[in-house]
Amino acid sequence: MNIDYIYQLLTSQFGEAVILALHTQTKDPWIEVAAGEIARVGDYVESEPTLSFDLLRNLTGVDYLETNPKLMAKFPYEPHVEVVYHLYSIRHKHQLVLKAKLPRWHDETPGRLPEIPTVSHIWNIANWHEREAFDLVGINFIGHPDLVRILCAEDWVGHPLRKDYQMPLEYHGIRGR
Amino acid sequence: MTTQTQDPRVIEFDVRTDEMLVNMGPQHPSTHGVLRLLLRTDGEIVYEVTPHIGYLHRCAEKVGENLSGPQWIPYTDRMDYLAGMNMNLGMALTFEKLLGIDVPEKAMVVRMVICELNRIASHLLGMGAYGLDLGSFTPFLYAIREREIILDLFEEVCGARLTYSYLTIGGATHDFPQMIPFPPGLAALTGQEPDQPISWADAVRHFLNWLEPRIVEYHTLLTRNAIFIKRTAGLGILSPEMAISYGCTGPVLRGSGVDLDLRRDGEPIYTRMYDGYDFDIPVAPFQKEEHLPDQVVLGDNWCRFYVRMIEVCESIRLVRQGLDRYPHSEGSHKIPFRMTTKLPVDECYLETEAPRGNMGFYIVGDGQVEPLRARAKSSCFCNLSVTSALCEGVLLADVPSIVGSLDIMMGEIDR
Repeated sequence: MNIDYIYQLLTSQFGEAVILALHTQTKDPWIEVAAGEIARVGDYVESEPTLSFDLLRNLTGVDYLETNPKLMAKFPYEPHVEVVYHLYSIRHKHQLVLKAKLPRWHDETPGRLPEIPTVSHIWNIANWHEREAFDLVGINFIGHPDLVRILCAEDWVGHPLRKDYQMPLEYHGIRGR
Repeated sequence: MTTQTQDPRVIEFDVRTDEMLVNMGPQHPSTHGVLRLLLRTDGEIVYEVTPHIGYLHRCAEKVGENLSGPQWIPYTDRMDYLAGMNMNLGMALTFEKLLGIDVPEKAMVVRMVICELNRIASHLLGMGAYGLDLGSFTPFLYAIREREIILDLFEEVCGARLTYSYLTIGGATHDFPQMIPFPPGLAALTGQEPDQPISWADAVRHFLNWLEPRIVEYHTLLTRNAIFIKRTAGLGILSPEMAISYGCTGPVLRGSGVDLDLRRDGEPIYTRMYDGYDFDIPVAPFQKEEHLPDQVVLGDNWCRFYVRMIEVCESIRLVRQGLDRYPHSEGSHKIPFRMTTKLPVDECYLETEAPRGNMGFYIVGDGQVEPLRARAKSSCFCNLSVTSALCEGVLLADVPSIVGSLDIMMGEIDR
């Protein structure tokens, strides 16, 4: 299925306030979705027969930030966090990339994680992928049934894939760096 | 083939006992590494399974953000360390897709042959270890013996036996060697004179000719073994809808009857490696097959296991065709790639068919040598997530059987 067709179908269904933009200049074209509406859009692309994106291949977060002062001027992005959904349809053998942009911190308060609705009720695998994105990138998935760390230890502090993450000096008596 | 089975909770265990929490792992031999399962049991029946992972977390994604592409390749080896070549390939292809690199035909043939050989090695060990889980020790020894020859052949190609770093961005680090001494292990098995010179391709052919009749023996030993069928058939039934919803891929998905193999359905940059080759994709309920055991149900442990066994035969066919094509293939095994190549301000995601499922890499470039985000989506991670749904209401002794049939690899799950 053509990405332009999918974009038009989604825009006619949800309007421009939800389906924000279509980006075709990257290797995988992607559609930007308003963060608060991702669950509704996900539900639609999963159940709509002409789309039927039944396989959530990958769900992850990306922290767009440059911490090196020498490279900051050349950094091509505004500081923000993105949640990326790579979808695939087994029936139609086509794929789709959805993205939602979030601020790096909720209410611009460092330490408060940005929030986005969960999609774990649509695709079961999102349960674990969201736990991993919470653990490593620090995104709060609202409505997730059990949002706890999955790869790091339960009492780990911080979210390691954040660009401004500081490796702890000490963890239970083990030297960090 | 039926699709229904009796609920084990309604069999004669009518006596209620106290609820008990049993910790299985992380050092349990049948959890295939450092997986910890927390079981809530009532007598012999398991009511809830909670997998706890992360014991082998080595921050591969964080490391990838601080290294250039070629420098990250050794870390991908250590994800699925039984199929290092396939991990190398997935990562190299993703960078090639991002940078728009086209590898020559010869490099594609080299990659195809190496990856399918690695798939054979990986599935053989998977078979052996599964037998081990179910208390049958002999197939494991045979599987290790066969895998050893493949490792010898890999050693001749790239010098390493487990963590190869052989397939890199732009092709492979070396071409196949012209002449090698006949591998002593293979010579001992086939009755040939060791150390006589032989071309690498001929050594592989020797091995495949020797291996192919052995597959029949494994089927007699394990696949058609009455005890094995009792321990696997009709157990751990994964419906196609559930498999898709839990993101299962690879043999787990095909064992549930969903026909998806990226070697045929993937993106062109990957599928063109397999263009012009004749191979089948085994999908349960195995139309070609006439004598399935009666107890087998679509999507059960036995189906998943059997998909892998047929895949070994298909990979043997592919390697043979690849070796025949190799002398006529054009171009070099590699095109040069500079370590200091800057990534474009772009991103891409690519999945390849690794032995255990679809391994995905997601690379975001920001104009620097190091990627902004290097994400490795593990297939076993998704396959494992279905464990708690599959193990609900089974007998305690069947938990290793179900977990083993998913053929998980903790190095890849924890990264």
